[in-house]
Amino acid sequence: MTEEGRTGPPSGEWGVVDCEESIHSLYHYLDGELTEERRRELQTHLDHCAPCVAKYEFEAELRRVIADRCKDHVPDELRRRVANAIDHERLKSQS
Amino acid sequence: MADQERFVDDAMEHMPSLYTAAMRMTRNSSDAEDLVQETYLKAFRAYGGFEEGTNLKAWLYRILTNTFINTYRAKKRRPEETDVEDVEDLYLYHRLVGYGGSSIGRSAEEEVLSRFTDEAVKAAIESLPESFRMTVLLADVEGFSYKEIAEIMDVPVGTVMSRLHRGRGALQKALHDFGLERGLVEAKPL
Repeated sequence: MTEEGRTGPPSGEWGVVDCEESIHSLYHYLDGELTEERRRELQTHLDHCAPCVAKYEFEAELRRVIADRCKDHVPDELRRRVANAIDHERLKSQS
Repeated sequence: MADQERFVDDAMEHMPSLYTAAMRMTRNSSDAEDLVQETYLKAFRAYGGFEEGTNLKAWLYRILTNTFINTYRAKKRRPEETDVEDVEDLYLYHRLVGYGGSSIGRSAEEEVLSRFTDEAVKAAIESLPESFRMTVLLADVEGFSYKEIAEIMDVPVGTVMSRLHRGRGALQKALHDFGLERGLVEAKPL
């Protein structure tokens, strides 16, 4: 790495990953789908780049909000229906 | 080979997540309940062939997805929209927190996102075409890996990645549109 690279602009260019690549890999990172090596390279960039970290944190938080807010409570009646249907099926297969 | 006698103990705990997926896919509780019941019955009948120690939840999702495609999609009057418009990366970030080249800070970010109600999130997900909707649900709500999603939906991993990328973009735009419409968020100059 050149001296210029180490002291690069605050917006990025740290290590072998620049901001554009970092944003491109954002979801693969959050999805846990990067190789260990790639993850480390990206982490080096993030350790030095506050603007990218802000974007990563926003997307991670958005994902938590989406997962939390789209759930539905199973109606008790459905649990009973499914249990009854399976009992019925079991009896049918035994007879 | 799995023991059918143990089916109830093993499979019932997955009902909340299967029901949530069924609700998003059918968009109504009556069809969602039928879909879940049908899924469990099919799974019970096929349980002898389920290989123990492999991913039961993914196996149940595969049955649910196939049942949905074969039964409920066929019932629709309108043909399903099959594509989404391309949306720029970080669509919501640029509109809610990163506008004007600066950021509003972490706690303000969380506050903005907290304005999206259950209704907003559900409506935004349900606005996606089916194949994108299912892919996003499996990844972002259920946390399945790309490979697991590919197996559940019987498509190549590359298709999963491309549907996720485009589906997530479309979901962000749908959330923003819904938020503006309901006054949950304000339009900001980019």
